[in-house]
Amino acid sequence: MSEPILQVQNLTMDFGGIRALNKLDITVHSGEIAALIGPNGAGKTTFFNCVTGIYKPTAGDVFLTPGKGEKPVSIKGLKPNIVTGKGLSRTFQNIRLFPKMTVLENVMIGRHCRTKTFILGAIFRPPRARREEREILLHSYRLLEKVGLAAFANDFAENLSYGAQRRLEIARALATEPHLLLLDEPAAGMNPQETEDLNALIREIAAEGLAVLLIEHDMKLVMSLSQRIFVVDYGSKIAEGTPKEIRSNPAVIKAYLGE
Amino acid sequence: MLRLRKYEEEEMITAKDIRRILLVSGWFMILTLPILGMRVDPLSDNILWRLKNVMWVGLGTVVLQSLPHLWHLYLYLQAGMIRLWHHLMGTPPHKIVEKTAHRDSLINRVITNPRQRAILCAVVLTLTIIYPQVVNEYQINIMIMAFLYIMLGLGLNIVVGMAGLLDLGFVAFYAVGAYTYALLNLHYGINFWMALPLGGIFAGIFGLLLGFPILRLRGDYLAIVTLGFGEIIRVILENWIELTHGVAGIVNIPGPTFFGLGLTPSQKILYLYYLMVLFVVITIFVVNRLQDSRLGRAWLALREDEIACQAMGIDKRRTKLAAFSLGAFWAGIAGVVFAAQNRSVYPVSFSFLESAMILSIVVLGGMGSIVGVILGALILILLPEYLRELSQYRMLFFGAILVLMMIFRPQGLISVVRRKYDIDSIKAEEKEGGA
Amino acid sequence: MHFDSQYFIELFASGLTKGSIYALIALGYTMVYGIVGLINFAHGEIYMIGAFVFFLASSLLTVLGLPMWAMICIATAASIFWAGGYGYTVEKIAYKPLRNAPRLSPLISAIGMSVFLQNYVMLGQTEKYLGFPEVIPEFDFLEPFASTFSSSDFVIWVTTVIVMLILTWIIKFTRTGKAMRATAQDRTMAELVGINVNQIISATFIIGSALAAVGGILISSHTGSIHYYIGFIAGIKAFTAAVLGGIGSIPGAVLGGLVLGMAESFATGYFSSAYEDVFAFSLLVLILIFRPAGLLGRAETEKV
Repeated sequence: MSEPILQVQNLTMDFGGIRALNKLDITVHSGEIAALIGPNGAGKTTFFNCVTGIYKPTAGDVFLTPGKGEKPVSIKGLKPNIVTGKGLSRTFQNIRLFPKMTVLENVMIGRHCRTKTFILGAIFRPPRARREEREILLHSYRLLEKVGLAAFANDFAENLSYGAQRRLEIARALATEPHLLLLDEPAAGMNPQETEDLNALIREIAAEGLAVLLIEHDMKLVMSLSQRIFVVDYGSKIAEGTPKEIRSNPAVIKAYLGE
Repeated sequence: MLRLRKYEEEEMITAKDIRRILLVSGWFMILTLPILGMRVDPLSDNILWRLKNVMWVGLGTVVLQSLPHLWHLYLYLQAGMIRLWHHLMGTPPHKIVEKTAHRDSLINRVITNPRQRAILCAVVLTLTIIYPQVVNEYQINIMIMAFLYIMLGLGLNIVVGMAGLLDLGFVAFYAVGAYTYALLNLHYGINFWMALPLGGIFAGIFGLLLGFPILRLRGDYLAIVTLGFGEIIRVILENWIELTHGVAGIVNIPGPTFFGLGLTPSQKILYLYYLMVLFVVITIFVVNRLQDSRLGRAWLALREDEIACQAMGIDKRRTKLAAFSLGAFWAGIAGVVFAAQNRSVYPVSFSFLESAMILSIVVLGGMGSIVGVILGALILILLPEYLRELSQYRMLFFGAILVLMMIFRPQGLISVVRRKYDIDSIKAEEKEGGA
Repeated sequence: MHFDSQYFIELFASGLTKGSIYALIALGYTMVYGIVGLINFAHGEIYMIGAFVFFLASSLLTVLGLPMWAMICIATAASIFWAGGYGYTVEKIAYKPLRNAPRLSPLISAIGMSVFLQNYVMLGQTEKYLGFPEVIPEFDFLEPFASTFSSSDFVIWVTTVIVMLILTWIIKFTRTGKAMRATAQDRTMAELVGINVNQIISATFIIGSALAAVGGILISSHTGSIHYYIGFIAGIKAFTAAVLGGIGSIPGAVLGGLVLGMAESFATGYFSSAYEDVFAFSLLVLILIFRPAGLLGRAETEKV
């Protein structure tokens, strides 16, 4: 397997008296599609929030490899925008698009951390700034084409259908040029056809060298896509392995179906 | 056919409605009885009754509440007329359909069409340039004041309208600019032109300093803290007499010089007017560029969803500080101009009420919309001047406008139009770039 | 340095008085914030209106020649009635329609309401300062303390304590009080268990306004004057007190009021009196930046 891109060690998250994450160890490798599954309330989104810097973990550490061949750095406790700058991007469980901006603009926001034009550049628009703006436009538009939303470029994001909004969130996350993409229930609310399209899209993204870690409840999608699956319950990892191994793991079956 | 039927079938007014109207009016009459209906004669301590006011309140509330019903009546009659018309014309039933196509408002359509926009700008500019030739000095001064408020409104618009930070202490930066010019002139003889960038820069630095501590604050707390800042500045202006001369203010501030030549008083006013036009044009240009840039998009994202915006790699602190200090810079520049126009500065000009007024302009016009803010400034500044008899009710209107706009039209008179990118030209560029 | 204990006690007494008034007004802020999450910017104006109504009512009743105690009772009742009425109406007009709007909308609306009411009273009455009748009599049994504090101070303290006790009783033991606490914790659940949330919210505003009115009467009698602008400054200071104690917490509002009153009194007594307002504003700014939860409040975490 290739080098590890994300190494989570001993991650623990307490909210007051409640332990949401308990000593989690999860490693995702470059180019891998991995999945994080578990019953509702198991702490999956909390895990994403800890890794991306929205929560500061109570204990443990998170290491990210910011580039090919580079050494892993600790991103524990770093601000979300810094984490994204280092190559980790995500989507949200309850879609968090910018509703009053157009579809294209939503994706353009993703380019922010890879571009530089600031106040003076915005006001005077020297050639460098104009070049950068053109690049932002082109790059974003191509991403829209990739997720199949190019036709809606100038529509307001809030006017898109649910499935289209999820794809837009992915395009936006891709615009930040991540090495690892965290998808939080990307197939939620999608019909079978949309889920199929999503499956193909994620494969395409991974084929380009991106690692993907997704939280999902749609087992068919998870089993079809993932090379590795992590199962959590009540904040602890209860199993880890290939889809085949997980399917027949008694602890997993117990967690989902009860005794 | 269905739309027509609706107006005819719904009850226009019921007994319950009438009872409600009377009760509400009665309640308002009771409420206003002491404040509007009674006064104490300061000399004799007797009560002066002014019950006529209360009666007007009663009448007014009845009329206001009847308006929706009257509107319903109007639509009913209109529907009837349409029916009659089609009946006379013999139109087949399936063709009677009401047009309900959704279109952008007229103003927005004109703005986004480049050619129409250019024509509109040319017309407005021409009118603006001719204006002083056809009106008297007093009116020119009023227009100068309106321009000042346009600058202030556009500056606040960057902070509130674009970045979504409710700054209630904006007037503090205005004061910094004005007092910078006043003091530099007083102690070092600095003239207007040198003071202009200095006032802006000092105010901008102030904005940075004030901005740092408030970065983490949420919406309403941010508003209150900035309000606190504004008031602190005002009190300091009033009390730090050695520096600011306190309530007496600083007087004899010279106006802007015209290449060192002497000007007659009326020429000076004309000069100031055209200077203001130039400043406003520059402000509009800069704000427009900012809105349509990487930074402008970042502000909008920040305003829409702070968490998602950070997750997408935007440095929240840097973005907020940029908005804050840019807005402050602009207020500082406006402050220098204010000092030059008024020839004096007093602390009383920089109260919270002033911040509230500028906020009203932005809220009325449309948060984030340049044309909206200009319109808002013109309406709120010019109207009271031209309706002199009502000028004492000015602040009353400002307050009411804030409330009414939030309830009925929070996006303002002119809602923001996002830029629609020309996809075909993007693709052409793509081919050009040999991508 | 010679420690002037008499001066210290005087400042303490004066701080207690100020603090009591701040506490009365702060309660209104904190209760409303606890229940609808809104900073009722116009609350200070309610306090001012309460004072004005008392002033007008007492002028009217004096002309009619009623005995002092009757006049005070009726005027106070009138003041509470009208203040409550204004509080109720402001909520219905400016806040209720915006209950589901983004947070900034009701705040802007509140600011508008505050500006509106200030000018409404200014136009309806006068922009000048008016002399307020000093309705608190001099009590003989307080004569020995006359150099430290006045009867007016004493009455303010006692009234505040009594009002606190009544409020606590309402919140803890009446159905309305329980409903208020429930609505403050979880509005949706409160509705589901059958609480008429609109009525409870209105009741909260009315009670807060009544408290503010009492505060207005007391302090105006104490200082001997009223003006349409007193609501603004008092409002901000009372809000500072509420935040200091922990916004949403009733004991916090009282604690915050007392702390602020004391701090202001000692700061102006030992340093300078011109910067009195700056002191309160600076305190507000510092608390919001460093400890927004206040002394007794709990820090909120947003769910992502």
